[in-house]
Amino acid sequence: MLVDVMLQVQGLGCERDRRQLFRSLAFSLSPGELLQIVGSNGSGKSTLLRILVGLFTDFEGDVNWSLEKPPLYLGHRVATKDSLTVKENVVWLSELHSEPVCDAGISEALASLGLTGFEDTYCSHLSAGQKKRVSLVQFLLHPNPCWIMDEPFSAIDIDGMAYLESCFQGQISGGGAIIFTSHQPLAIDNTINTLELSE
Amino acid sequence: MRFFIASLKRDLLVHFRKPSEILNPLVFFIVVISLFPLGLGPSPEQLSSVAPAVVWVAALLATLMSMDQMFSSDFEDGSLEQVLVSDQSLPVYVAAKIVVHWLLSGVPLVLLMPVIGLVLFVDGPGIWAMSISLLLVSPTLSLLGSIGAALTVGLPRGGLLVTILIMPLYVPVLVFATAMVQTAIGGGDVTGFVYWLLAILLLSLSLAPLAATAAVRISVDQ
Repeated sequence: MLVDVMLQVQGLGCERDRRQLFRSLAFSLSPGELLQIVGSNGSGKSTLLRILVGLFTDFEGDVNWSLEKPPLYLGHRVATKDSLTVKENVVWLSELHSEPVCDAGISEALASLGLTGFEDTYCSHLSAGQKKRVSLVQFLLHPNPCWIMDEPFSAIDIDGMAYLESCFQGQISGGGAIIFTSHQPLAIDNTINTLELSE
Repeated sequence: MRFFIASLKRDLLVHFRKPSEILNPLVFFIVVISLFPLGLGPSPEQLSSVAPAVVWVAALLATLMSMDQMFSSDFEDGSLEQVLVSDQSLPVYVAAKIVVHWLLSGVPLVLLMPVIGLVLFVDGPGIWAMSISLLLVSPTLSLLGSIGAALTVGLPRGGLLVTILIMPLYVPVLVFATAMVQTAIGGGDVTGFVYWLLAILLLSLSLAPLAATAAVRISVDQ
């Protein structure tokens, strides 16, 4: 199903600890759009993303999704269990999307994220960047028209960043959309729309 | 159902990899109970008369020890957020958590009962009553406890708060279960108590998962 607008946000305002983070924010997201939320630390970027995916409900205004399934979300917390192996983590996270994945698919996704040979390693033995890569596996395994990513590049090395940028391009050219926050400049050809949160 | 089984397997695996969280409450239970014969003296009459109360109080405390871990570990590593964001049903996830808690904290206590009964000089019918009442009550403890665990997700030092929140809900269970064991030791008929405990179990089975689900949503919404 092709839609003109995936997400329509109107009059969005949020106040936390008696501090107005943003007010009367309005934007929309169309297929093929890359939207970067920019703003200084504490300006409400993560809160905005949490509102969009429904994890934070204390806001005013309207958030309307016109997608059939919820967007994929990458939060600050990487959703990996330390006492499970990389593969066990990936398998459980895949269950969340009701799309069982085959072993070959998992190995391929792990390989493209540079995690070959780590399938049976406990996540407690991984570095922060590697854990982030494990949670990124979902984005490769489960095609989704919309990605919402909070700091996808933090803790990721240069090679990983280049690979992620190519994934971004793949998602955009496939008619998908991405909303993300990042403090790093992005080296891709697509137009990046920005939404600035300022006080 | 598929997601229920996947979550169940995952949680059991996590706990078997880190057995201290399951074993600590069990060891605590055994230690508390074995202190009573030392403190009260080894007189069989005295021990068997306090046995129901001792066993029940120790079982409640042991269950509460592992309670605050029910959702907090998933909350801290972000898995809980992923469940909420996905289109999987949250009550199913909560139900899996409750079942795992019961399997790992309730069932071992039931299995320990015969040994504990012997330590406290409880007679045959008394041991039966203790095991059956615990079998009926331990799911109730996990179910009611899940509400407290869900309300305190994300709070620092939630463990003590869970205890304070949940203890009042445990009181009716404690009253009926202790009375049942005492009646059985005295040779009386315990059918009425079994019905009461079953009724409480069914009530909490129908309401607690819903309450816990709502509480999880509220706790993560920050």
